[in-house]
Amino acid sequence: MGNDNPGNLFWKRFKKNRLAVAGGIIVITLFLVAVLAPLISPYDPNDIDRRHILEAPSLKHPFGTDDLGRDILSRMMHGAGISLSVGFVAVGIATAIGIFLGAISGYYGKWIDRIIMRFIDIMLSIPTFFLILAVIAFVDPAIWSIDNFPGWLKRILQHVPFIDPSIMNIMVVIGLTSWMGIARLVRAEFLSLKEREYVLAAKALGAGDLRIIFKHIMINSLAPVLVSAILGIAGAVLVESALSFLGIGVQPPTPSWGNILELGKNNIEIAWWLSVFPGLAILITVLGYNLLGEGIRDSIDPRLRDTERR
Amino acid sequence: MIPTLLGITLISFFIIHLAPGKPTDILTEMNPKITPEARERLEKIYGLDKPVIVQYGLWLKRIVKLDFGESFSTDRRPVMEKIWDKKQPLLDRRLFITFMLNMISMIIIFLVAIPIGIASATRQNSLFDKITTTTVFFGFAMPSFWLALLLMMLFGVHLDLLPISGLKSMNYDALPAAGKIWDRVSHLILPVFVSSFGGLAGLSRYMRSNMLEVIRQDYVTVARAKGLPENVVIYRHAFRNALLPIITLLGLSVPGLIGGSVIFENIFGIPGMGQLFFMSVMTRDYTMIMGILTIGAILTLLGNLLADIGYMLADPRIRAR
Repeated sequence: MGNDNPGNLFWKRFKKNRLAVAGGIIVITLFLVAVLAPLISPYDPNDIDRRHILEAPSLKHPFGTDDLGRDILSRMMHGAGISLSVGFVAVGIATAIGIFLGAISGYYGKWIDRIIMRFIDIMLSIPTFFLILAVIAFVDPAIWSIDNFPGWLKRILQHVPFIDPSIMNIMVVIGLTSWMGIARLVRAEFLSLKEREYVLAAKALGAGDLRIIFKHIMINSLAPVLVSAILGIAGAVLVESALSFLGIGVQPPTPSWGNILELGKNNIEIAWWLSVFPGLAILITVLGYNLLGEGIRDSIDPRLRDTERR
Repeated sequence: MIPTLLGITLISFFIIHLAPGKPTDILTEMNPKITPEARERLEKIYGLDKPVIVQYGLWLKRIVKLDFGESFSTDRRPVMEKIWDKKQPLLDRRLFITFMLNMISMIIIFLVAIPIGIASATRQNSLFDKITTTTVFFGFAMPSFWLALLLMMLFGVHLDLLPISGLKSMNYDALPAAGKIWDRVSHLILPVFVSSFGGLAGLSRYMRSNMLEVIRQDYVTVARAKGLPENVVIYRHAFRNALLPIITLLGLSVPGLIGGSVIFENIFGIPGMGQLFFMSVMTRDYTMIMGILTIGAILTLLGNLLADIGYMLADPRIRAR
């Protein structure tokens, strides 16, 4: 009963937070849909059926069909995987950069800190969306061709059917332009943790910088980074869908919620279902990650509730 | 400020130049008859045969004079003229359109979000607070372009109340004066609503948590203990202090607003800087992209400067330093 280790305490608080649990359920459901899409989608997402173009939702096609007669529900189920993988890889890249720069900035301080902080200020002053567009305009997606990767990575990527160069481009670009928040967070954690007695003790015992950074400080600053990363996935999903909506993100025939919405815009006067369902999916996904992220934050440390979000 | 601006241009410049392919490719690709000599000449004109760092220096020397070079698109007009066309009336200049839209949205965000934030903080956990908190949560998750689509569908297509594209109607010049004003305003309603919606959610939430924090401070308790009416306590003692962090937010929100204008100018067909940027990206118009990136950065820095000045005016502690 009186089991009060941090893990149990976390679960107890998390389970009581109904919104957080709802967020978790949304996220898990999305994962299942994304993974099982080939099995559970009623049609092939790229099956063109010219006799049934732009059909309104019906029992046969619950979310209707698009201008080539493709089933929207099936395309959305396959789009879930794209959306999630863009979110995860982009945030993975952002988190790696953020942790690295934040850690050396906070740990070493002095001029290294000044340079990195100035760099962060600069990155924050460039309208991110402009930068993303500029990079997409000039970086030829062909450099992400699977043949350019080392053998081991190639063998893994071969089994991920939906990763094409245009998607790789987006993942990398979003990742490279969204690490600043995490870097600041990690830096702040390092600034406060590096003065703690246990770190000083480790130093006195002759532990090296790397060991102190990773083994002693990083471990204790992972919680806020995790929360920030989960909230970041929501942001990345939004950016990806916006890019695809503008026609420069995920390229058809690969389905993505954003590029279905683009079709919705082009057929706005005749096909409401193309605009409504994918947008709803994005809204629910982002909502799910936000609820989960904030729920985890409140469960790790209830004092952090109502702190500002970036 | 100046070092930051230099840093921004440096980063943008290197991203574009380190990418595979030359910016002039778009000029030569279109023309299969172009000879290698002509291509070389073209590269020389744009200084592309020199090392990147030298190119950056040359480019910077021109930027100081606000000379961004010529657009790579077929019209070959100077970049500056396309962004700020002195021959057009002010209302039709691209930079002015984007600037005006963002200013209007920003003013609306502040005028609406701050009272909402105060109201939900002073009535914490009331029905009003719960409704706004829920709305804000949806506001965070709402893709702005989807909101735009839904509103266009509802007000533009089904109800046919508002125009959904452009800044004025085809028959604008034939309208009477009052009609002209309504025509302009009605074209702005949806874009302004969409561009302020996301910011509204963020700012009202932020204002609420600031206010909650300030209300717990000792000096607010003292003010209450002195027997001051609640209104005076909230609006004179708490409000001013809760407002301080908001001023900083004003500066920080500029890049987001400018970046967002690409999306909604594109959706609503508004001939502003965001739309021009998007078209330049699609055609890889390199001088144009660099020009708009730089102007966007200058606007952001101006926003930061204004925020600093505002902060100084509002907070006597900083003035004293």
